[in-house]
Amino acid sequence: MDALDISIKITDREGTTHEIQAPTDMAMNVMEVVKAYELAPEGTIGICGGMAMCASCQCYVLSGHELPEIGIDEDMMLAEAFYVEENSRLGCQIQITPEMDGLEIELAPEAE
Amino acid sequence: MIKTDILIIGAGPVGMFAVFEAGLLKLRCHLIDALPQSGGQCSEIYPKKPIYDIPGFPEVMAGELIVNLEEQIKPFQPGYTLGERAETIEKLEDGSFKVTTNKGTEHMAPAVFIAGGLGSFEPRKPPIPGLSDYEDKGVEYIIREPEMYRDKKVVIAGGGDSALDWSIFLSDIASEVSLVHRRNDFRGALDSVDKVAELSKQGKINLITEAEIKEIHGEGKVESLLIKHKTKGDINKETDHFIPLFGLSPKLGPIANWGLEIKRNAIVVNNALDYQTNIPGIFAIGDVNTYPGKLKLILCGFHEATIAVQYAYNIIHPDKRYVMKYTTVNGVTGFDGNTKKAEATVVKSIL
Repeated sequence: MDALDISIKITDREGTTHEIQAPTDMAMNVMEVVKAYELAPEGTIGICGGMAMCASCQCYVLSGHELPEIGIDEDMMLAEAFYVEENSRLGCQIQITPEMDGLEIELAPEAE
Repeated sequence: MIKTDILIIGAGPVGMFAVFEAGLLKLRCHLIDALPQSGGQCSEIYPKKPIYDIPGFPEVMAGELIVNLEEQIKPFQPGYTLGERAETIEKLEDGSFKVTTNKGTEHMAPAVFIAGGLGSFEPRKPPIPGLSDYEDKGVEYIIREPEMYRDKKVVIAGGGDSALDWSIFLSDIASEVSLVHRRNDFRGALDSVDKVAELSKQGKINLITEAEIKEIHGEGKVESLLIKHKTKGDINKETDHFIPLFGLSPKLGPIANWGLEIKRNAIVVNNALDYQTNIPGIFAIGDVNTYPGKLKLILCGFHEATIAVQYAYNIIHPDKRYVMKYTTVNGVTGFDGNTKKAEATVVKSIL
């Protein structure tokens, strides 16, 4: 494990939990980490590319980590998304930082 | 029947640029797109977002890029079938293809370019049990004929511009309009939000916020909805129509059943040569294709379109030879006969 990596647990849409290493020095966000590890089929996540405009990367935050505040774009998209819960976030709006070591998330179901 | 040299499915930036490159080889193109306008995602999803990786443009708005592409391809007079989704493809005896849309428009061409991005844009459907059973039986995702709602009870769900605008519009037509949204705030244009607030005060729109539709009931058609309110609990709402307006999302759709090799929701192409698919004569360019090392970038799509056009030429004119031309040398001659060209150097003797 690289010193700049953190460990994240991601539960995919089939319910399988993956413990993966995510770099903190690559300006990556949670959606991109999911794509990089192919934890969701291509074309079902990050459809808008990470602009908080499609909600295909919606995830539930299971651990108590303090995450960056929800921005206006993300908030507005979550208002329109499906399967939204209190702990819903858009993965593309969560940048990977060293403070997120041990983060646990679950991918929300794919919307039709 | 619309006949052309290259039929392009998808009028996004890559499909549009293919028209330009085809035009340089004197090939005519026709574009089909499910959206009512050209530009694909650039126009539909992020027209106001700046793009920074188009070569030669330090910064360009996605919508502006599309306007520029329209200008660039204008000399080559592309045809358009917009607001229709390419549904079926059939190989004809002479080797050409017939593509028919969901509205029955037929197109014929010796070469087909699929530049469909992530697919055709379809309405996003909320996860309500049995929703699809009520489609066209009271559930509509797109308002095609507002008159059908005259003197009917209508429930609209959503918090964006289309939910607001249609609520305003139908408040004069329907006997009752209810607008259901999960939040108290809406993300639409400010004047639309103000107008809905005003109509709500006048009792012309029944605004139900902090609520979600959970169930649909009715025998063979929509009769009532179960609305779950955050604090007030369940509301049973009688209605004739339920119109969920949650925007659009792309789906690969019917193309997935055309016999093309699909891998990870994308069409496999030969990137070592011509961007042709496993069906000779059908090419796939831009975000819709995949190959080792694929990058879903507009600039890569432009390159793919350029290569694919050269090979399509061989299919369309198997008996002709050609060489790639530089626009700096030959300029651009449109199908209207007009030529844009560098001015000739003027030599003038001093003595």
